[in-house]
Amino acid sequence: MHSNQYESVIGLEVHIQLLTKSKAYASDPATFGSHPNSNISVITLGHPGTLPKVNKRSIEFAVKLGLACGCNITRENQFARKNYFYADLPKGYQITQDKTPICTGGTIHIKTNSVDKDINITRIHLEEDAGKSMHDQDPYDSLIDLNRAGVPLLEMVSEPEMTSAEEAGAYLTEVRKLVRYLDICDGNLEEGSMRCDANISVRLKGDPNLGTKVEVKNMNSIRNVQRAIDFEIQRQIQMCETGQRIDQETRSFDAVNGSTFTLRSKEKANDYRYFPEPDICPVIVEQSYIEKIRSEMPALPNELHKRFTVDFQLSEYDAGILTENKQIALFFNALSNLTSNYKAAANWINGPVKSWLNENGLEIDSFPLKPAAIAELISLIDAGQLNFSIASQRVFPEMLKTPEVSAIDIATANNWIQANDSNELQGWIEEAIAKYPGKVDEYKAGKTGLIGLFMGEVMKISKGKADPKTSSQLLKEALDKA
Amino acid sequence: MNVDQQLIDQLAHLSRLSFDAETGKEMVHDLNRILSFVEKLSEVNTDGVEPLIYMVEETNVLREDVVQLEITQNEGLKNAPKKDSDYFRVPRFVDSE
Amino acid sequence: MYKSLAETRSAIESGETTIEGLTRYYLQQIADKSSLNAFLEVFQQDALNQAIAADEKRKLGNPGKLNGMVIGIKDVLCYKGHKVSSSSRILEGFESIYTATAVQRLIDEDAVIIGRLNCDEFAMGSSNENSAYGPVHHHLDPNMVPGGSSGGSAVAVAAGLCLATLGTDTGGSIRQPASLCGITGLKPTYGTVSRWGCIAYASSFDQIGPMANTVEDCAIILEVIAGPDEHDSTMIQKPSPAYSQLLKSEGPVKIAYFKQYIESEGLDTEIKAYVLQLIEKLRAAGHTVEELEFPYLDYVIPAYYVLTTAEASSNLSRFDGIHYGYRSKNATDLESTYKLSRTEGFGKEVKRRIMLGTFVLSSGYYDAYYSRAQKVRRMLRDHTNNILNSYSFILMPSTPGTTFPLGGKSSDPIQMYLEDIYTVQANLCGLPAISIPMGQHSNGFPFGVQLVGGASKDSDMLAFAARLQNDFV
Repeated sequence: MHSNQYESVIGLEVHIQLLTKSKAYASDPATFGSHPNSNISVITLGHPGTLPKVNKRSIEFAVKLGLACGCNITRENQFARKNYFYADLPKGYQITQDKTPICTGGTIHIKTNSVDKDINITRIHLEEDAGKSMHDQDPYDSLIDLNRAGVPLLEMVSEPEMTSAEEAGAYLTEVRKLVRYLDICDGNLEEGSMRCDANISVRLKGDPNLGTKVEVKNMNSIRNVQRAIDFEIQRQIQMCETGQRIDQETRSFDAVNGSTFTLRSKEKANDYRYFPEPDICPVIVEQSYIEKIRSEMPALPNELHKRFTVDFQLSEYDAGILTENKQIALFFNALSNLTSNYKAAANWINGPVKSWLNENGLEIDSFPLKPAAIAELISLIDAGQLNFSIASQRVFPEMLKTPEVSAIDIATANNWIQANDSNELQGWIEEAIAKYPGKVDEYKAGKTGLIGLFMGEVMKISKGKADPKTSSQLLKEALDKA
Repeated sequence: MNVDQQLIDQLAHLSRLSFDAETGKEMVHDLNRILSFVEKLSEVNTDGVEPLIYMVEETNVLREDVVQLEITQNEGLKNAPKKDSDYFRVPRFVDSE
Repeated sequence: MYKSLAETRSAIESGETTIEGLTRYYLQQIADKSSLNAFLEVFQQDALNQAIAADEKRKLGNPGKLNGMVIGIKDVLCYKGHKVSSSSRILEGFESIYTATAVQRLIDEDAVIIGRLNCDEFAMGSSNENSAYGPVHHHLDPNMVPGGSSGGSAVAVAAGLCLATLGTDTGGSIRQPASLCGITGLKPTYGTVSRWGCIAYASSFDQIGPMANTVEDCAIILEVIAGPDEHDSTMIQKPSPAYSQLLKSEGPVKIAYFKQYIESEGLDTEIKAYVLQLIEKLRAAGHTVEELEFPYLDYVIPAYYVLTTAEASSNLSRFDGIHYGYRSKNATDLESTYKLSRTEGFGKEVKRRIMLGTFVLSSGYYDAYYSRAQKVRRMLRDHTNNILNSYSFILMPSTPGTTFPLGGKSSDPIQMYLEDIYTVQANLCGLPAISIPMGQHSNGFPFGVQLVGGASKDSDMLAFAARLQNDFV
């Protein structure tokens, strides 16, 4: 096989299940995991005489995603019916958008070891999810659960501009990151709240024409999308090499053996008979509304990445890890307001903090320490009072056990403070103690307020050069020993 | 436009209807007759005319994202031709969507 | 028997009857005249309970606007806890789990809902012969049709089985049977009455409307059922007026009529003569009535059928034997569940329209049929609205003829479609229209005359219809 003579062309369709409270066109709950057929309404059931009504928030979420990707937002939005019969589609049609997708254009930026490029977005449109069918519970019947029917979705279609499974993986990772930052979808491919179909074709390098595309469905992780694409590329190349015709068809991915199989052929393709939905008036998205949404947009991964690399001078690598997860990025961002040692801050987050989270299987939301606590550790290290290994291996674990106690108190109590220029400091302290022997006895008898007198003397002798924090610690120790 | 049996079969499948030899023939005849009647529309010069879609001028008639659960599982399943305590039941099929 | 709500009310107030007594009377009438096949089901117990409650409310001094009105509803309107079937086998056994807004508003104003009325299956038809539960018979002659699709609703009023009814009108389904049965039928401006709970035939055409003996009763019912509803987002959002308070009008008005409509070959010569005579009477009374050209007459029915069947083919997809309604016993798999349930569950005319609608939306034909019809619809509407900018109303016959024999037109769909030739224009344009009884044909059967008004000018139209009713016919 001469697979290096071929190139593959990949476009992705991503379905993004929106985190609205109620459904796209009805007010029953859109939540996941309820008792079967309990999140329903007469609209969701497709009962005769029912009419849809558009959920305001689904429009807002679509505009957010559109703005995040730099799309054009369509002013006059029409809804359309896509007609087909399916057991988990009670109306016999899906309410979607056809000629006026709410977003067009825009890009997703991807970066892999070999490429750094923008993937163009064809369109993003609003639609509704179908219910779920279960086929393995009964030998004769399939079981239908309509809880998911009518949950709002955004379908995001890319241009066929990816050339490898790696690029497709990077694209999906970016999209998932974005929807999580925007808080419009939980981005969970395993549970199906984000779903991906891949359109894949191959052609000889240099051929201006696209090969016949095959659509692959049912991949429930980014890894499986990549496996499916790799398999499909090899299958198609092999077919080309052996002179076989590639059929335009829809295939399904079998995660067990990593292969794809035919779901339906082009001949059986449906004629969906799209036409404007007469039960829904147009939705006009005004510029003023767009600006309002824009002003409320959270910081996005690309913006944070840029800030971390340009303003904070962090490496691409550090910034990449920090922005992978919205909550981590926001934690770091808060920390960056409390310290100017950004590199140290990044090391703390990407090192001890993440290790602890991983070991405990927790997300940063459940991390017991506030950014200020990490900032304190950084400043103690910067002041020379702690070294990194003591701080990370001793102080940090103690802080996690007792988050209400400060780092300095923990370090002090455990005698982990390192003497700071200790010879000179020690000399000043001894001098100060020697000057008031009587007061030493009083101090030891319990008059601890006298420490101020000794500190004042240390400051006087050192002409203010003594580090007050360290000095006071050392002074305490010296007095106790005296 | 001439409607033949093949087109009837195709439309019948899309509509999930079936016709036997006799009713199929009747449908070929009826659709041909109706289509030749509605083809009168082709006489109208519609150049530059936008399709009329909406019969009222209203726009942005939207819902707040507020949950209202108005029917129970029991009510939802009540009219099902076949069901169990939790699900609608249909003859077993393989997913193709 | 009482012919209007006003008459009924004064009889109740004088102690001549009670709402309960009246309801029992109507229940007996329905039973006695069951051969008309107007009612598919009588809600006996619920109706009596409502009647007793309505009597109670009147005694307490806070009667609703429809206190005293016994009303039937077309079998396309949902009423929680009651069966609804669209006169179709496919909804066999189906019981609605919610109530149509229009029906709820009637109940809230003390109306007694006495039962559901036979109609053409899914409101598709002009003779009420397309019902899975048998045809409705004309109250004056059992061998004649009452018109359709709201045939049961028309006959129930005409035969005195209740005081008024709700019908639905997609292309004339209120006005055509009203004309054939000699009663008054109103189709409001599109978007005036909520479609929530009205089983859809063609969404951008359907409107619920009243059928009664008088314009006044139509006005009070419209007043109750009209106005914005959070469940229907295709409604006019402005509150609707108190139609019953706006029925007085005076002074001369400008009326248009169309030459092509009057000179149409299909129009019964006697009806034509009546209309021309009415025009003369109106002129004599000082009104301006002018003849206009309307070059689109030949296109209204074709445009109507392309658009309504397209919408219907999609609206009726939900009847698939899966989640509710009829499922064929012969089905063996999912595909045959769909095909057999729908094939056995739908009648011939419904299947014909689903097939036509599927065709006009299918790839390759959409532009030539569906999209073109939408453009013609715009031309028709704009042209009609222009006329209504200069004239208050358009006057036309309601129907090309009087009633016809059962089976008389059912073999030829086109001939049946032409029954609606004068009524579809109002639906294509979303305009209000009313048919009021105009006279009796020499064949002994009644027929109506139709007024079409400007968009959202239902109250002006009702007021002038009241003048026509009281002074001219």
